Amino acid sequence: MTAPVLQVKDLVKEYGEGDAKVRALRGVSLEVERGDYVAVMGASGSGKSTLMNILGCLDVPTSGRYLIDGADVGSLDEHRLAVLRNRRVGFVFQSFNLIPRMSALANVELPLVYGGVGQAERRARALEALERVGLAERVHHEPNQLSGGQQQRVAVARALVTAPALLLADEPTGNLDTASTRDVLRILDELSESGRTIVLITHEDDVAAHAKRVIRLVDGEIVEDRRQAPVGGPPPRRTGAAR
Amino acid sequence: MNQVEILRFALRGLLANKMRSALTTLGILIGVAAVILLVAVGEGSSRSIQQNIQRLGANTLTISPSFSGGGGFGGPGGGGGGNTGPRTQARPLTLADAKALTDRAAAPSVRSVSPVVTAGSATAAYGAASHSVAQLVGTYPSYFEATNKPVEQGTYFFNDDVLAARKVIVLGRTVVEELFGTVDPVGKQVSVSGVPFTVVGVLKEAGSSGTQDADDVAVAPLPAVQQSLSGFGSLSSIVVQATGAAATTTAQAEVTAVLNQRHGVTTSPDYRILNQATLQETVSEATGTFTVLLAAVAAISLLVGGIGITNIMLVTVTERTREIGIRKAVGAPRGAILGQFLMEATLLSLVGGLLGVLVAFAGTRFAIAGIQPVLVPSSVALALGVSVGIGLFFGGYPANRAAGLRPIQALRHE
Ligand SMILES: Nc1ncnc2c1ncn2[C@@H]1O[C@H](COP(=O)(O)OP(=O)(O)OP(=O)(O)O)[C@@H](O)[C@H]1O
Ligand SMILES: [Mg+2]
Repeated sequence: MTAPVLQVKDLVKEYGEGDAKVRALRGVSLEVERGDYVAVMGASGSGKSTLMNILGCLDVPTSGRYLIDGADVGSLDEHRLAVLRNRRVGFVFQSFNLIPRMSALANVELPLVYGGVGQAERRARALEALERVGLAERVHHEPNQLSGGQQQRVAVARALVTAPALLLADEPTGNLDTASTRDVLRILDELSESGRTIVLITHEDDVAAHAKRVIRLVDGEIVEDRRQAPVGGPPPRRTGAAR
Repeated sequence: MNQVEILRFALRGLLANKMRSALTTLGILIGVAAVILLVAVGEGSSRSIQQNIQRLGANTLTISPSFSGGGGFGGPGGGGGGNTGPRTQARPLTLADAKALTDRAAAPSVRSVSPVVTAGSATAAYGAASHSVAQLVGTYPSYFEATNKPVEQGTYFFNDDVLAARKVIVLGRTVVEELFGTVDPVGKQVSVSGVPFTVVGVLKEAGSSGTQDADDVAVAPLPAVQQSLSGFGSLSSIVVQATGAAATTTAQAEVTAVLNQRHGVTTSPDYRILNQATLQETVSEATGTFTVLLAAVAAISLLVGGIGITNIMLVTVTERTREIGIRKAVGAPRGAILGQFLMEATLLSLVGGLLGVLVAFAGTRFAIAGIQPVLVPSSVALALGVSVGIGLFFGGYPANRAAGLRPIQALRHE
């Protein structure tokens, strides 16, 4: 068997100093295999986002090890870390985080620009990614001309466009209505079916039901790790999920 | 990630805030244009002063008596002037003094000596026209060369004319215009304070320097003027031309030695020597200070423009910290972020600087306060260099700080 896509050991993250010190993660160990679809659940403040930011190499843990594809992230210098974020990880934020005054296409192209991809290929791949999320008609719209659901789909396209091994999504449906949520989940299901590894955070059981595996965090520790479907199989999606 | 992409991001960043970018550019534009223009004005005024001094003659020393009123040619009309003689034990300058200075052994650095008497406000008349000549000079032919007064029409007068005390005269342009209008004056007779003189030549136009009209002059042989107008008294001044530019200082020393001996001077001399070279030095020092002063004022405006860039870059970077976080999250290396903001700052200052240079170039084509500005190339380079330097330095600081943030820190920034 190949190395897990993602492997964390005894991850600890503390914020602040002295009396104000918060232990957001208290020793989290986790392995995610290639092709898995993991939903992380937990109460507000349980450390889900903290964990996700570390997995996306956006933040550094206080202690503990973190490997992506077997490579130790902690030992990488700043430039390699940037390359890693660019090539291996796609990140979808709860608040979309698109760059304003830049068209959907330009936003999706952005990771490719930093990845050094040529202009023509960049455009083709960005258009393809936008088509995949059903936004072929909206490529020249700027974020403020798009609905929340459309913006989140642009963000998903941006996360996908570099074909990363790992897709991380922090409450991707948290700001969306039912219909948009369904759109985004359908896209994630398709991606999972095509073999992409996905980790997402959610508060909603309906969303978690799409995942092959559900992890529950309480106060910075994993209290439950439940498999709903085999890693190799298709996601247990319920088409047209009702609330 | 190449330079073109960085440039494109920078342009997009600037165009997103057109008004702000334009105003920042304007600040730098004004600063750069001010530096170049004011330095050019300083240089222009210094050149025009230098030219005025040079117009007085090259490598010359002008010796004049140091007691006021001495020489006694003060009376209007000048005709009756005469020997008022020395008032103190000070001795006036005499023709003998001038002769002594021509001694090759005592004053080897002296090329020519021209004794000068002047009669203020002599009235010249030709036919019905009359004109009060501001400066009537009686002297030797060497005077023309020493004081840089070339003849344009006709001839000078010669040593013969001096020896024979012929009543010939060379007129300045203004006098000619007043008396003759368009008629050719050479060969005509003019009467100067009632004495007839034959016009032999016309001086080349010198132009006015300040309030004084350098063309309102008439030059005649020394004895002719003495005979008819000023009397055979002391000299108004002696113009000494040195053998070369480098010799003026030695010539001054030699002249001082000769005169001190003749006048029996022990402590303070009874004459003054005006050295063209030292005058020039003093004046160029003064105008140099003036130019530096102007440049300092201009540099302050450039600095203010630079602070404008710094301010805008600080605001821009702070405002776009989230954007920086997003870019880092999708894998932008630190260098690309830094490059983008540095490029923005450089573009602002470079465009502002170049426009400033254009404005300054246009501005120097016009006379400012009566002075024709003269572009100083080094000021152009300096102003441009400083403006770009300011952009890079002060734009770099906030950009570097933002580019060094962890993505999550930048993303959380509000
Ligand atoms: N930058 C920070 N500085 C200090 N404390 C922080 C910081 N970020 C998070 N925390 C704390 O760490 C703990 C975990 O926060 P985290 O954002 O991971 O929670 P979460 O599970 O994502 O919550 P939610 O579901 O509300 O998003 C919380 O107690 C929070 O107060
Ligand atoms: Mg969260």
